[in-house]
Amino acid sequence: MAEIVLDGVSKRFPDGFEAVKGMDLDVNDGEFMILVGPSGCGKSTALRMIAGLEDITDGTLKIGDEVVNELAPKDRDIAMVFQNYALYPHMTVRENMAFPLKLAKAPQEEVDQKVEEAARILDLTQHLDRRPANLSGGQRQRVAMGRAIVRDPKAFLMDEPLSNLDAKLRVQMRTEVARIQSRLGTTTVYVTHDQTEAMTLGDRVAVMRSGVLQQVGPPPELYDNPVNLFVAGFIGSPAMNFMPAKLRDGTVELPIAEVSLSGEARDRVAGSDGERSVIAGVRPESFEDASRVSGETRERGKTFKAKIDLVESLGAEQYAHFQVQAGQIESEELRELAEDAGAAEVPSSGEGQVVARIDAASKISRGQEVELWVDASKLHFFDPSTGRNLAAS
Amino acid sequence: MRHGSREYGFWSVGIALVLVFAMLPIVWIISLSLKSPATVGDGRFLPAGGNWTLDNYKTLFEGGFSGSPFIHPLINSIAIALISTVIAIVLAALAAYAIARLDFPGKTAILVGALAIAMFPQISTIGPLFDMWRSIGLYNTYPGLIIPYLTFSLPLAIYILVAFYREIPWDLEQAAQVDGATPFQAFRKVILPLAAPGTFTAAILVFIFCWNDFLFAITLTSSNASRTVPAALAFFTGSSQFTAPTGNIAAAAVIVTVPIIVFVLFFQRRIVAGLTAGAVKG
Repeated sequence: MAEIVLDGVSKRFPDGFEAVKGMDLDVNDGEFMILVGPSGCGKSTALRMIAGLEDITDGTLKIGDEVVNELAPKDRDIAMVFQNYALYPHMTVRENMAFPLKLAKAPQEEVDQKVEEAARILDLTQHLDRRPANLSGGQRQRVAMGRAIVRDPKAFLMDEPLSNLDAKLRVQMRTEVARIQSRLGTTTVYVTHDQTEAMTLGDRVAVMRSGVLQQVGPPPELYDNPVNLFVAGFIGSPAMNFMPAKLRDGTVELPIAEVSLSGEARDRVAGSDGERSVIAGVRPESFEDASRVSGETRERGKTFKAKIDLVESLGAEQYAHFQVQAGQIESEELRELAEDAGAAEVPSSGEGQVVARIDAASKISRGQEVELWVDASKLHFFDPSTGRNLAAS
Repeated sequence: MRHGSREYGFWSVGIALVLVFAMLPIVWIISLSLKSPATVGDGRFLPAGGNWTLDNYKTLFEGGFSGSPFIHPLINSIAIALISTVIAIVLAALAAYAIARLDFPGKTAILVGALAIAMFPQISTIGPLFDMWRSIGLYNTYPGLIIPYLTFSLPLAIYILVAFYREIPWDLEQAAQVDGATPFQAFRKVILPLAAPGTFTAAILVFIFCWNDFLFAITLTSSNASRTVPAALAFFTGSSQFTAPTGNIAAAAVIVTVPIIVFVLFFQRRIVAGLTAGAVKG
């Protein structure tokens, strides 16, 4: 067990592409750190540099107080779970899991005992003598985990280990991974592009974009106080709604309504005087069917009328989609997010589309003109030119 | 169903025809090898009166190691083919691994060069080799044959193995390295076992090439010290000056096919497809 410290770590490929740019990250001893970001953001490259599978162009990498820049993977004492599992097909499950121990020249007794124990933890005992080809996807995934945990390494590195499983199994394995990690207490760096995995698994989450670390923090902090448009748009599902707005002395002019700020939101924009254009961010759950909000809560926000285009009912909640008249939002970060989500190919998505999460008991239906309520204390504001959260600047 | 059974019948007949075509010469030479000098030229498949004889085989081995015209060449053949195969496979495995996995300048040149050498007409190297080997003392030695065999079989082996190595997911090797293996251990314990079908395929082809070679063997040898069976057959003499050694040659031809059948059958069982199944997903 050890902490992992990245200090100004960069990776430039021979073709000149810079995948990771000056990354500073401290992963504490025993911490479950998630690296998350859209595809191509450099998160896997960062992980592979920690593993030693990619050379570090610049900066220093320390694992447990030792600079390991020049160490071969085998000398770093880390275990890695690959996205495609990378099991040795010519070995049985037992041999697969014993492989790292055999290489470390552990005595046979110890090998047997540790493999049995790992198999028990992962519920693989009855499959020990089968080969990977005869296992299901979930079982293969567990074998890959087993191969990592038998050795009691300084750190686990996981590269999208669940992305090849089907949806239901993924949720199961997610809890499994969290359980194993907290049981073993081993420092873990986990790469994923799935923000749900990031939010549910990690002690802390590091969001990356184009090779640059955007924000590191516990999941609630990323959710409640995103430092910029990118993090705000990436974390949360459905994503935060963005609309152009004008900020003027404690009130904000949104395309849907003019709202006077209160609570957290007022603190966020404290210090910005006069009138200025901003991008306002509203989480879907900051909306509600106005008829279901009453009393004091209602005072916190503002009601407005909207014509509902579409209602998606999920049972426990429903998502109402509506359109607002709004100007273009010019933001590199939002465009990148939309591209990553494939939204750029759907003509109706994007500009002016707003999603509101409302109570399942609400009788809102498609095509209706309804009164909605927005929580004025939960608004986020971003600088249109830099994308920074006004609260953070 | 009718369609299926008709197709089955069609293929059975086809395969039978090909088998007859391929096997007839072999059956014929077996028949020749069992005939006596008196009946060997009678043009009949079965000797008259059922006079089968094993004399042809016996004379091959008469006189022991030094006296027999066949035992020493047979040993030479086995030794030279095996040594060539082992060296070719070891070198080809390392070379192919480097070509498949590493990025180094001149990689394409090496592959193209290997292909060019493999296509080079062997006959045009014979004259120079004969002179060179005589002046540097390799004429009529094992290395004198092994070296040209390697020249022509290595490119083939490298090509086959490169194709196989490229099929192996690179993640496996990286997994091994993270698991604590040195690059060589990763190669030996993970890559090599997975490339086994390719290795055995290459080994069979190299062995057959060396075993069957007549051109180099007849040119670069002068005595039983290094002469292999295909060349030695040409030096068989009949029991008298006026008898052709047809029966003996037939018997020797039958015997030299045996090791190759054994070799192929032994390795063929290891050529199982789908060995990498289950390694990675996606």
